[in-house]
Amino acid sequence: MPELLEVLVRVAIVIAAFLVLPLIVGQIEHKTMAHMQSRVGPMYAGAFHGWAQLVADGVKFVQKEAVVPAAADRQVFKLAPAVAMLPYLVAFLAVPLGPGLVGQDLDLGLFFVLAVMGVGVVGTLMAGWASANKFSLLGGIRVAAQLMAYELPFVLAAASVAMAAGTLSLLGIVEAWNPWWLLWQLPAMVVFFVAGLAELQRPPFDMPIADAELVFGPYTEYGGLRFAVFLLAEYAGIVLLSALTAVLFLGGWRGPFEEQLGWLWTLAKTGLVAFVVVWIRVAYPRLREDQLQRLAWQGLVPLALFQLAITAVGVVVMAS
Amino acid sequence: MADNTAYYGAYLPLVVMLVVGAALVVAMFAGNRLLRPTHATREKLLTYECGVDPVGEGWAQHHVRYYVFAYLYVIFAVDAVFLFPWATVFGGLGWVSVGEMAVFIGFIAVGLVYAWRKGVLTWT
Repeated sequence: MPELLEVLVRVAIVIAAFLVLPLIVGQIEHKTMAHMQSRVGPMYAGAFHGWAQLVADGVKFVQKEAVVPAAADRQVFKLAPAVAMLPYLVAFLAVPLGPGLVGQDLDLGLFFVLAVMGVGVVGTLMAGWASANKFSLLGGIRVAAQLMAYELPFVLAAASVAMAAGTLSLLGIVEAWNPWWLLWQLPAMVVFFVAGLAELQRPPFDMPIADAELVFGPYTEYGGLRFAVFLLAEYAGIVLLSALTAVLFLGGWRGPFEEQLGWLWTLAKTGLVAFVVVWIRVAYPRLREDQLQRLAWQGLVPLALFQLAITAVGVVVMAS
Repeated sequence: MADNTAYYGAYLPLVVMLVVGAALVVAMFAGNRLLRPTHATREKLLTYECGVDPVGEGWAQHHVRYYVFAYLYVIFAVDAVFLFPWATVFGGLGWVSVGEMAVFIGFIAVGLVYAWRKGVLTWT
């Protein structure tokens, strides 16, 4: 019984993190984007620099009418937001903050997180199909093509780290991490981060949403709380990608005073990567659909294969 | 059997998380149901098409070129399955193992080069 209680406490903490961290990233995005574009962003809600803006948004979303278009495939339409969000929630469980600070340490942690992240996109696909809207369908097909193109470099870059560490456990990878990996695994880090951005459909890889051409892609017919759940999934995805980049490539909790402040290091590195995600959104224009595909197949995949070769040679040379 | 119990035990929190997560979603939408207004009109339930009445069906025909990307993905998806187990042990197996994996991935890479030269990655 105490075991089950412990499990419940861990699950509760992970859910709290899942509900709070994406909001913090969202707020940072509001304010950072605003200041990068010479605006001030939200200032009213919560009185101090609009800190409660997203809380106010949430209160509003929960009161809004839930419209399901008459032509839509109702059940799939309603289920899609939950399918988009839950995988990220489950993945949060396996991401470590510090040596013992993890929802659940899995031997297959890395593999598990990658597999579960892939499921999240199915929710977007379901939304695109079930809406029975031309824009949604086009967006949905773009999502499918984008996922397939970028899943590959994403997985190959992660495999490179697994090869270097000799384990798939996320805790084990951080234990094996060494500062010189920053150089050795640099191509993998770039590939992983860029491919991760594309999987999350973040600008400059937001062709599926492309508000100038597709209205809002798969989310065109969504409003109210269902739309909010999709948004939450997107920002949870940013947190997850940032945390994974920090854990796999930036050494997680490794740093000065790691005995006492390890978890703070993980959070700081995650925050830094999340800031770069926002920065890139402001800095780059959207790619065209075929440019997107070419970047994946002709840029990232060869680069990831090159990285695999470097890693393999490095590991064998160090082992012998 | 004892070892298996410990192994599967590690996945218990995942099951709990899925159940609690599903309950969370249900609670969110139950709250929404209590708080929201419902005034469905025929116009509101119409498919959105930039403000004019929709033409034809939403499930429209689409260009076949996306299909090629699915094939390209399948070429490579297989190798990821073999790559991860190999990644954790190859350090002890040495150069021979690296050579074998290089041959394997090399074969797959030829598929990519073929698609590239065929021009499927360029649209005009």
